[in-house]
Amino acid sequence: MHEFSIMQSALQQALREARQAGAARVHEIRLRIGVLSGVVPDALHFAFEVLTPGTPAEGALLTIEDVQARFWCASCRREFVSANLYAECPDCRHPSGELRAGREMELSSMEVDYV
Amino acid sequence: MCETCGCGLSAGIPVTVSGHDHPEPGEHERHHHDHDHDEAHHHDHPHEHGAQERQTLELRHAILEKNDRLAERNRGFFHARGVLVLNVLSSPGSGKTTLIGATIRQLGPRLKTAVIVGDLATDNDARRLRESGAPVVQINTGTVCHLEADMVARALKQLDLTGLDLLIIENVGNLVCPASYDLGEDLRVVLLSVTDGEDKPLKYPPMFHTADVVLVSKLDLELACDFKRAEVAANVRHIAPRARLFEVSAKTGAGMEEWLGYLLQQREAAKHRDPLSS
Repeated sequence: MHEFSIMQSALQQALREARQAGAARVHEIRLRIGVLSGVVPDALHFAFEVLTPGTPAEGALLTIEDVQARFWCASCRREFVSANLYAECPDCRHPSGELRAGREMELSSMEVDYV
Repeated sequence: MCETCGCGLSAGIPVTVSGHDHPEPGEHERHHHDHDHDEAHHHDHPHEHGAQERQTLELRHAILEKNDRLAERNRGFFHARGVLVLNVLSSPGSGKTTLIGATIRQLGPRLKTAVIVGDLATDNDARRLRESGAPVVQINTGTVCHLEADMVARALKQLDLTGLDLLIIENVGNLVCPASYDLGEDLRVVLLSVTDGEDKPLKYPPMFHTADVVLVSKLDLELACDFKRAEVAANVRHIAPRARLFEVSAKTGAGMEEWLGYLLQQREAAKHRDPLSS
């Protein structure tokens, strides 16, 4: 359960950015979380509910975009999306050594107002 | 990269950009390029705010950016000293401590080794590992389920690194959370004991995907567990095709020579790497 500390870092970064931008309230925080990041989105939502009261993000919406695992196949010379998380090309079965997306843990954007 | 114009700036990292040329500067009227990027990417936020106005702030921050930065600092420190660093990971009870102890004893004087060991509580592992003769620092993480780069940096201050060849970091026993935290290691060694079952790589892909080495441990229990070596090898290939696979028993010594040979070879490579590369 490291989602709590990950949500805490994301929220601290978001609130710092909001403060620096002169925003009064945060309405929505958007994250991008890769399927290979090892982070469970439901646990992030739970942590968000616990951490936001009393902050400018109280009552804000947390939106999490799942990022699929995308590998590069060197023999087919194309990317493939791996639903089962296998690092092998579904067409040629060649193992891929290159993960191009899927480990993201990113604070992508947020909605704020200045009232 | 700057997501507004693709100008190659890292998000979240303070970079001052001045005077770079855009082919059509007129298109970038709202996007000032002389700004300081330590307040990363507020390109669109207005400087005169109307009442009730909602705005989107584009951020694109890596949430673990702080840990990643500290891990790179550790890595630079290790490279400058030519130390080979292993991050050893597994579920609790897969035999990390026993394997590390046996590795140190059997390497003997060939490599000067130290250990940093993480557990939620107790110094039992540190006491066991000290019997191998190596210096050991125990980190108690309290309720934290993984080691982070700054914990390793603090532990390093308690170690005499003079002439050190190999640093083994035994992470907290957990096959999920430690996968997300770079410590500055050269190699991630993920253990899978024969009692864990052949399908662990399929059940825990985020961890096994990051493995440089998968080490099947407790091979002496293979028969008792009806363990299928070919199946585990196939599962490792599915998730971590680049990982090196070793099968060992710290108890009987089976497979240990191959593992030690690999470590000696990696240590040689570590001595000759460029301290400035990562």
